Order: sequence, then structure tokens, then C-alpha cells
Amino acid sequence: MMSISDMYVRFETPFGLLEAVRGVNLEIPAGASVGIVGESGSGKTVMSRAAMGLLSGSNVRREGKVVFNGRELTAMSKEEVRNQFGTGMAMIFQDPMTALNPVRRVGTQISESLRVRLGMDKKQAMQRSAELLSLVRIPDPEAMLRKFPYQLSGGMRQRVMIAIAISCNPELLFADEPTTALDVTVQAQILQLLSDLRRDLKMSMVLVTHDLGVVANHTDFVAVMYAGEIVEQASTTELFANMKMPYTRALLESIPNIEMKSGARLKVIEGRLPNPVDRPKGCGFVTRCTYAQQKCHDEHPPLVDAGNGHLYRCWYPLGHTIARKQ
Amino acid sequence: MAGSGTAHMRNNDEVVLEVRDLVVEFKVGGGRVVNAVSKISFDVCRGETLAVVGESGCGKTTLGKAVLQLPPPNSGDVVFEGTNLSKLPKELLRSARTAMQMVFQDPISSLDPRMTVRDLIEEPLWVWGRGDDDERAAKVRELLNNVGLDPELVLNRRSYEFSGGQCQRISIARSLALEPRMLICDEPVSALDVSIQAQILNLLQDMKDRYGLTMIFISHDLAVVKAVSNRIMVMYLGKICEVGDPEKIYATPAHHYTSALINSVPIPDPTRKRVTVPLQGEPPSPVAPPSGCRFRTRCPAASDKCAAEEPQLREVSPGQFVACHHPRV
Repeated sequence: MMSISDMYVRFETPFGLLEAVRGVNLEIPAGASVGIVGESGSGKTVMSRAAMGLLSGSNVRREGKVVFNGRELTAMSKEEVRNQFGTGMAMIFQDPMTALNPVRRVGTQISESLRVRLGMDKKQAMQRSAELLSLVRIPDPEAMLRKFPYQLSGGMRQRVMIAIAISCNPELLFADEPTTALDVTVQAQILQLLSDLRRDLKMSMVLVTHDLGVVANHTDFVAVMYAGEIVEQASTTELFANMKMPYTRALLESIPNIEMKSGARLKVIEGRLPNPVDRPKGCGFVTRCTYAQQKCHDEHPPLVDAGNGHLYRCWYPLGHTIARKQ
Repeated sequence: MAGSGTAHMRNNDEVVLEVRDLVVEFKVGGGRVVNAVSKISFDVCRGETLAVVGESGCGKTTLGKAVLQLPPPNSGDVVFEGTNLSKLPKELLRSARTAMQMVFQDPISSLDPRMTVRDLIEEPLWVWGRGDDDERAAKVRELLNNVGLDPELVLNRRSYEFSGGQCQRISIARSLALEPRMLICDEPVSALDVSIQAQILNLLQDMKDRYGLTMIFISHDLAVVKAVSNRIMVMYLGKICEVGDPEKIYATPAHHYTSALINSVPIPDPTRKRVTVPLQGEPPSPVAPPSGCRFRTRCPAASDKCAAEEPQLREVSPGQFVACHHPRV
């Protein structure tokens, strides 16, 4: 469906050149759901926006190739990329309040893309908008069409965003932290809705999140990002069964788990992400890794395949004698 | 409006904070009233961490603030160490409140960006005239060391120079400056990155042990709550659903709402897909809450009785209290 190769994104800043994405290769198979996981600042959002051609500005330097449906997005003009939105690709953002236009009614906002992309007239578009709203399980869709975003709760706004995103039957849906701003019960509803829609409408999906719990239940493949690179990548079942990267394990263990004993102490990843303007020459995780050796400081680990498509970027992966010693 | 009962109150010598029939309402124009907290009673024992859990809009933050009389509740009593805060004159209330401090959700906006870290932490001390210059400076250093910041590096910097996690450490140091006996933490880690959350939760545990604090921990995240609390109180639309021992509540939730909340938390293990249907719909408006049990409009077990009669808290197993006509255990 989409393949990203050797993607680099750099921003010119007053402090120097900031490398946000460094050499990412990623395949998004048709019909699959791919999770991209990482802390804030790991480059996951910049990577997905660059993949959609949404990054512009005089301080952005982009390299690499993005092929979508056999056509090279990176070689297209702005106009041609824009024509891919709606029917080809669509995106859902983290904060549904700022992504919706506050002074236009819900109905107008949904029907806009229907009229522009699918050439519907006003009446048809409104009718279809109501259908879309019931598809995202909003009760009384007719009344919803006339409301403004401020009248809706966070969960309802996110449903409206999803309705807009799927309005022109996109083949690929990017969801950037779609539930981070929502309550846990609403989060469960929205994730279920996205999974159902993906199955019914036969879409591919990229789910960007910091929550390994969300990834475990709603994706087929996972890529873990750290300091602008993919550090581990595998099918979701394989990743959770045979974790290779100390970072992925540390991330998983630092998340409060509902099944841990109450009052138990959480494991902590000490330190912070390396400075993106001045990256260490070895492994990006070296300063925070409990298994770090001299080699990790000196040499940058390549992405290696453990077999069955499980890629990782580590000199001493979990299960290695060094990792076992400690 | 009837309360949901007091069966869960402990009335022993260890109780530090006792809240009875607390009501907070906000006028919203047109004669309408938001029922944010509706006749809630609870108590907290010395050294305990009480977690208050619920969805946004359930009144948990309002409850935390009402305990500190920010603003004073419409009715009800807040008794802290034998003193009824709701009946104290303003000046005495101000000094009584030094023993109770709050840590807020957004660490960056709760710190004044124009003040240096030194001033931020020293401010409560000079407001209350504690110690002379040298003593205060020593205290500020001690606090910074305790929250894991190097005083030499941070004293003269301002909050915008720090990350969210570091700002939360500064906030915690500031809230501990007056040596409070109770700390109310309102979603202290929700705004923080995943890898930082654990650091701050562990820090709060350490501070609790070091300063002998009693804590109220407000959160919507059941997994976070599990890690820190000794007692849990689940709220829904201004009422208590369930109170008790966390191990019990997580293992066998008695209220249908508690069970739905627990089932909504994603488990980081792809081999264990959750089969339960997530809770449908959203909470009704607190301006016109449903009669009887407020959860009945979303409850799978609702009956006519639930609409007619408000359930009262009762003990379903030792140390587990639930307000439900048709409890799950």
C-alpha cells in the first residue's frame, strides 16, 4: 500500500540542524494496521506527517522516497499530493477540538470533502454526512449535523473527525494519537470503532501512539521509534513474545500495569532522549540502557533481521549473554 | 437530594480527614445548576493514599478542591485533624491550609514563568515567615535534592527552561515546602510522557514515606491508581459508586461502572484480547442527572428499582462497599 524508504527529515533551527527522522524504512501492507510507538520527541509524528507529504516550510529538509499505490508521492507536485487526500489517504489528529473548525457546523465540515472530492451536491452531501455520522455510532445524526464543535464532548468530536476522515473511502488512514486526549472508557469505544471500520471499509491504518497497550490490541505490525529511528519492528504477536530491544522492554515495564500489585514500585527509564541536534555517535539509547557496553558508545548499531521479519537495532539484544549477566 | 450513605466511614482514631455530605454546585445561568459533587462522605486515615477515580466530568477534581475550600462547598463538613474547615473564619482557614497542599495536573502552567526556581520554592516559606534567609535557602536546597534535582543547576533558572517531568518535580518541592501533612495530587502524571510517569509516581511514593504524608490521589487512569493507592473511591457524576481495598476492587469489582472502567484499560499483551463490549455512550449532563442511580442510563443491569430509588453504600465483602441495587458480587 505504502512504502517509505530512507526517509530523513531535518529541521533548521537556531541551535543547528535537528534530525527528527533518520533513515526510516517502513512498509504498510494493504489492509493491515501498523502501530508506531515511541515517547514524545521520538519522531513518530514527524515521520507520519512527512509520509503524507504534510511537512512544508523553508526550514524543513526532506530526503527519501515514499511510494503510495505504486506512485511516488515524493516526486509529485503539491497539487497532486493534495489530490491523494480524502480518497487515497486521510488523517485523524490527536486533539479533535483544534482540528475542527470552531465556527462551522459539523454537517458543513463533513460535507465539504464530499462535495469537493466526490462532486456531490449540497443535498446529497448532507444526506451522506448523516449516514457517516451513524456509521461512527453517533446517536441522532440529523441533529448532530447542525451542531458546532464546542457543543460536543471530546469523544463525540473525535467521532466527527473520524467521519470526515472516512467520508471519501480512503485506502490508508493515519491516526495520530487518536485517543490520547480522551477518557479511558471513550478510548476503548473509539479504538473498537476504528478497528471495525478498518475491517468493514477494507482500509489500511497507521496508528501512532505512545501506549503499548493500545498497540497490543489494535495492530498487526509494530515499529518502535527512538531518537528518530526505528529501533525494533515486527508483527505485533512476535514483538510482544520475543522482545529484542532493551528499550522496548524498558518502555513496557515503565507503564503502570493494571495487573501489577498495588503499591509495587515501577521500573523507571532513567534520563531523557538524547539532544536531537547533537546525537551520540553510538546507540541513541546508550545513556539510559542498563546493558550498555563500550561498543554501544562507539558504534552505531545497524538494523538486523532476527528472522521472520523481526528487525532490531542493538549490539546486545535481550537474550544475549551480556543482557543475561545483569 | 439524598446522599449515598455512610456505611464505609471508619470513625476510628486514625482518621485524619473526614468529609461529610459534601455538596458542590455551580450556577450556569437560566436557573440551571451543575451538580458537580452531590452529598459525598468519605474519610482518609493517617499515612493512607486514597485514590479518587472516574471519567472527566465526574467531579473528582472539584471534590479535591472542595476539601481545600477552593471554593468552599455549598454544604457539608470537611474535618481535618479535628478542625472543621468549613466553619473556620478566613484567616484561620488560611493558616490551617498550610498543612494541606495540592499538586496540579499541568506542571508547566502551574508555575509562574517569571520566577526562578529558588523563588518558586521559597515563596511559601516567606509568605509564612518561616526561618531567616539562611534557613530558607538551606530548606530550598534540601527540597530540591529530595525531589531529585541538582540545586546548583536549577536554582537560578525559570520554569520554561525545564521539561514537564522536571516542572512536576519543582511543583512537588514547592508543595512540600511548608511540610504539609496532607497532599492532594490532581492527575499529577496525566500530562507527562510515558517514560516520565513512572519517575514521578515513584518520587511521590518516596516523598510520602519521607515526610509521612497522607495523600488523596485524583486520576482517571486505573493502572496508575493501582500502583499508588491503599484505598480506592470510584466516582460517577458526583456520586460514589464503590469504595474499598484496591486488590479486592480490581479482582472482583462489585459496581458495573467499576467493572467497565477496568475492562476499558488496554493490556499490553496481544495474546489476551479483551472480549467485553466497551461501555456504550457518554455520561449524562450533570445539570439534569438521572433519578435514582445516576449510572442506570448506561448500566447493563439497570431495572425499574434503579430509577426509583437511590442505592446506598453497603458492604458486599469485608472492606468493599458498593452503591448498587444489583451488585456483581
